[in-house]
Amino acid sequence: MCGTCGCGEDEHITYRNPNNPDSHLHEHSHFHGDKEHSHAHHHEHDHSHPHSHDHSHDYLLKPGGGALNSQTIQLQRKILSKNDLLAERNRGHFEALNIVAFNLVSSPGSGKTAVLERTILEKGSDFNCYVIEGDQQTMNDAERIKSAGAPVIQINTGNGCHLDALMVNKAMKDLKLPENSTLFIENVGNLVCPALFDLGETKRVVIISVTEGEDKPAKYPTMFETAQLCLINKTDLLPYLDFDLEKFRQIATQVNHHIEFIEISAKTGEGFNQWYEWIVKHRLSETD
Amino acid sequence: MHELSIAIQIVEIVEEEAAKVEAESITRLELDIGLLSGVERDALEFAMEEAIRGSLLEKTQIVYNFIKAVMVCEECCNEFNTDDYFNSCPYCNSLKTIFIKGKELNIKSIEILKQ
Repeated sequence: MCGTCGCGEDEHITYRNPNNPDSHLHEHSHFHGDKEHSHAHHHEHDHSHPHSHDHSHDYLLKPGGGALNSQTIQLQRKILSKNDLLAERNRGHFEALNIVAFNLVSSPGSGKTAVLERTILEKGSDFNCYVIEGDQQTMNDAERIKSAGAPVIQINTGNGCHLDALMVNKAMKDLKLPENSTLFIENVGNLVCPALFDLGETKRVVIISVTEGEDKPAKYPTMFETAQLCLINKTDLLPYLDFDLEKFRQIATQVNHHIEFIEISAKTGEGFNQWYEWIVKHRLSETD
Repeated sequence: MHELSIAIQIVEIVEEEAAKVEAESITRLELDIGLLSGVERDALEFAMEEAIRGSLLEKTQIVYNFIKAVMVCEECCNEFNTDDYFNSCPYCNSLKTIFIKGKELNIKSIEILKQ
């Protein structure tokens, strides 16, 4: 799976351990050979593409005179099948070692790292927490997680806007996850692209903070549709904001009627017991 | 803008499949793209133009089947067409509806020339 979205190149993806930032520099192997770097821009383009090309069938005759046969092959293959296969491999690895893996997705700044910091400080040893951090650049989040006390690998995607199953596969090998551990994968802050890429996680958790609009699920439905839990963060700020919790829940439920909600504040710790209960529930169901 | 990585995947898969059957060239590629698959139509078409450059698909006719979304109601099993995520069942008004069409991201078929 090429981890780039638009303008990234795979060589820019790095995997680093904050304990030894220089020794874990891996180049990301990539499938697409020497494909040129191309810059993609989302642009207005109002012409449709019939993509027809008028061709004579003269070329069916080879220069030597031997005719080529035309043949239609029904593939019915998923475009993301390579990523999905790798994700299943990751899932198999997690299952074999009785690991639960959570894929944390949100827009930038909604508090993914802060939620993890508190979780590690309070439950790091109970849950045996391990973390994969995804960001375009910097080791900042990995440093925060390391200070909180959990082993962490930072993936810098370069220009890529999501993590994919191959990146997680490589990072988790570096982490050497033990049996019965809990893996938190903090995806790149982005509510669009990460929705499409299965990482092999046990559950997907979308985090929204009350400083964002309550119509986020309507604006980015795919992300809310694919998540099993929604953490509503920064509830300590509710008295100062116009965020309508009920309206938010209603919109999110319209998109995904199976989604669960937990209201939390990473600053005050409010609601974290419920979050821990949810984690325990999934750790137990993995053991069964 | 994940459409370019998706376009690159399409080219890789098609080139692999063409190599398996020792195709000399690929004349036609048919894609099934659900309108609610999370892929933007214009962006994908644009990304494909970039991704096929220098590949076996450079001269291939690409046919996009954009597939409209269909939902089914979990309560009353009614099926209905929709353009977005927020439609309640028109029959029983339930919000417990799930997609059965419109999420496709598939390579349907390729037409190749071979000896």
